Amino acid sequence: MTVTAVRKDPHALTMTLDAEFEASPERVWQLWSDPRQLERWWGPPTYPATFTKHDLKPGSRVEYHMTGPDGDQPKGYWDVQTVDPPHSLAVRDGFANDDGSPNTDMPTGEMRVSIEELGAGRTRMSIVSIFPSTEVMEQLLAMGQEEGMTVAVGQIDAILAEEGATL
Amino acid sequence: MQIAPPDFDRMFGALADHTRRDIVRRAIDSKEGVAELASHYPMSFAAVQKHVAILERAGLVTKHRIGRRKVVRTNVEGLRVARRLLDQYEELWRGRIDRMTQLVNEYTRETDQ
Repeated sequence: MTVTAVRKDPHALTMTLDAEFEASPERVWQLWSDPRQLERWWGPPTYPATFTKHDLKPGSRVEYHMTGPDGDQPKGYWDVQTVDPPHSLAVRDGFANDDGSPNTDMPTGEMRVSIEELGAGRTRMSIVSIFPSTEVMEQLLAMGQEEGMTVAVGQIDAILAEEGATL
Repeated sequence: MQIAPPDFDRMFGALADHTRRDIVRRAIDSKEGVAELASHYPMSFAAVQKHVAILERAGLVTKHRIGRRKVVRTNVEGLRVARRLLDQYEELWRGRIDRMTQLVNEYTRETDQ
């Protein structure tokens, strides 16, 4: 298991996930900077991602879509905030309309990636997700953000618990 | 049972509201209609009716006719499906890390050759 830690702070509304790789920081950075490599891990095999615009420069917009098993293509984007290869990347991520324009009805989140050399050929990558509010957090869970997910799992568990042993 | 992502979004969007979660909870074993449900909340009948409609569209509650009355009932199977889907999505980032690791290893093997 290369995930070494998952920290969730419900007060600061953040989730941090640490993972370690037996590779150099430069190699780990490529997973983000090369769109063809990014496409191979961002979406699961059943819901692959295609990055149609990808230039990691401050102020640029990265555009992508996923392709579902039924051919549906939900779109998303990142507004790149800061880039420091091979050490860090910060983006605001949002959902896009069919024409690729940002969906302003949907909340945007923030994702910060930092890559740190550990020595002995190992590198740690940390992903920090920051949510502007609990509401946004709960909404984002539908797109797979772990913190929001845990909140909703708790809600469903609480609801089901009231039904007791009949389940 | 297959649930497409839009239904999933709708379901969790519906559960993101405190009042709606409370309605889902009450409607598990109560036999209340919208009017009776509305009496539990400091809001108008219309507002509660709206919440129930959102839950109905998300497949979380259904309306059943009992005699002349219509009662709101929680779709427990729907909740189970939601829970299952959540478990799958909880693995999302771990899945990404696994794929990243695989990619890194692939590259290392190539350069070793």
